[in-house]
Amino acid sequence: MSDAPIVTQLLYVVAIGFFIMSLKGMSEVKSSRQGNYFGVAGMMTAIVATLIAYEIQRVDLLLVAIVIGVVVGSPIALKVPMTAVPQRTAMSHAFGSLAVALVGTAEFYQRAPNVDPYTVVVLSAEMILGYLTFTGSCIAFCKLQGIIPGKPLIYPGRTVVSLASLGIAIALGIYLALFPGQEFVLPIMAAFALLFGFLLVIAIGGADMPTVIAILNSYAGLSAAALGFVLDNRVLIVAGALDGSSGLVLGLIMSKAMNRSFRNVLFGGVGATTVVSEKATQSGRTVAGYTVEDVATILENARNVVVVPGYGLAVAQAQHVVKELADILQSKDIDVKYGIHPVAGRMPGHMNVLLAEAQVPYDQLWEMDKINSLFPETDVVIVVGANDVTNPAARTRPDSPLFGMPILNVDKAKTVVFIKRSTAPGFSGVDNELFYLPNTMMIFGDAKKVLADMVAVMSKS
Amino acid sequence: MMIVLVDASQSDLVVNILIFMMATFLGIELVRHVSRLLHTPLMALTNAISSVSFVAALIVLAEPTSSDTILVLVTVAVALAFTNIVSGFLLTERILRLFKRRDDTKK
Repeated sequence: MSDAPIVTQLLYVVAIGFFIMSLKGMSEVKSSRQGNYFGVAGMMTAIVATLIAYEIQRVDLLLVAIVIGVVVGSPIALKVPMTAVPQRTAMSHAFGSLAVALVGTAEFYQRAPNVDPYTVVVLSAEMILGYLTFTGSCIAFCKLQGIIPGKPLIYPGRTVVSLASLGIAIALGIYLALFPGQEFVLPIMAAFALLFGFLLVIAIGGADMPTVIAILNSYAGLSAAALGFVLDNRVLIVAGALDGSSGLVLGLIMSKAMNRSFRNVLFGGVGATTVVSEKATQSGRTVAGYTVEDVATILENARNVVVVPGYGLAVAQAQHVVKELADILQSKDIDVKYGIHPVAGRMPGHMNVLLAEAQVPYDQLWEMDKINSLFPETDVVIVVGANDVTNPAARTRPDSPLFGMPILNVDKAKTVVFIKRSTAPGFSGVDNELFYLPNTMMIFGDAKKVLADMVAVMSKS
Repeated sequence: MMIVLVDASQSDLVVNILIFMMATFLGIELVRHVSRLLHTPLMALTNAISSVSFVAALIVLAEPTSSDTILVLVTVAVALAFTNIVSGFLLTERILRLFKRRDDTKK
């Protein structure tokens, strides 16, 4: 880059400025679309700056690739249902990291064997990160799409096997730095990195996917930044660092909200081991089921209602019925809010998008920390499609696997209406204390049907 | 004496590490202040932005080469990166359009 013309270098600085403004714009909904346009402006600036400095040898190939990009990219963006955005995100991590890994590979073949050890070390790191993110993201995509089961694949010694494959990849990278003429080592290194990514994510359960997606996001960014070091390209270094830190922050928020440590998620198996130990507590207690009419009477007399949605709501495709019910309540001058747990959904912020799509105004969407202080003054909470994130055991029972997890304190509300298929435990496999509290009304049935019945009963009165 | 041993490319390296570090800290601060409502579109947006690796592919494509392997690798990379750019920005726009205030939806 130091040999690039000054115009290009200056334009790169402008592009970096646009990217920073872009993320800044996302701090609130009002400025968010402007933020996206800043992102587009930054990208265009960076591309123009590059085309000024470098003469493309094969314009034909470039054009073919760009056409493919537009033809594949636009339908993905415009057609994907909002429920499938997590999969699309995993797929785009896969694309991004593979692109970076391939450019790194090409750059190595271009320069070898006359290449200094420093460059090879950075290139190897970049390729290992890129390739492992690629297979990891592919597995995450398959798990989210339901192509392979979400259950973590657990076998004895999996940590040793995973770390060994990563260790071999790193060792081969170092070998390559010392003997850059041995080009045949590169595909072997890539293969072990690919294997590691596969093993890493296959061992992680479906419930932990929000954290995994965020971590893969971070890796994809870091590999882009590493490529920036190799090419001495600062716009790449900054964009990669921004992406890497964004994934890191989101991953930390997710793992904290799920009561997991980063290490815990990465080496997996948490969701699978707790099921057995908690089974015992479920027997011996019975839960009373209520009817839709019972609930309608309670709702009629409420002044304020908080809806707590979980991913089960999206599975039942019940977002629009919830909105209908909320509209009826509001027409009766009952205040309606939505309490959103950070992991309500399959990726960070997913539930907000699903409700926004159902035309729920975003000023009714309340994040966990803010809604929790309001529960003691709330007349009715309707929990639909959520479970573990409402379990008071997370506060009260130190022996529970959920203990310490931040939850929505719905048990503090005057009445809790809990819509559920059965008393089966949630993702964590832990029985929910909430079911047995005197102020809880359980309604068993499909979320969409129960809500539709409520709408029918309420609109009659 | 050590200073004399540091050549131009190494001082560039130090500057690059500095830039990387500052950008990481800045990124952490920026993302911590992103509205919780917008974490999903944020991911779509950062996906698009980090696909500025498209530029890296362009640079490698500008280097003279006779190797078909390199051309294939880079062309695939260009297609992948451009797919991400297009779908990332478009999807971000599509998601952000969904967010409306109460007054907007009543109209």
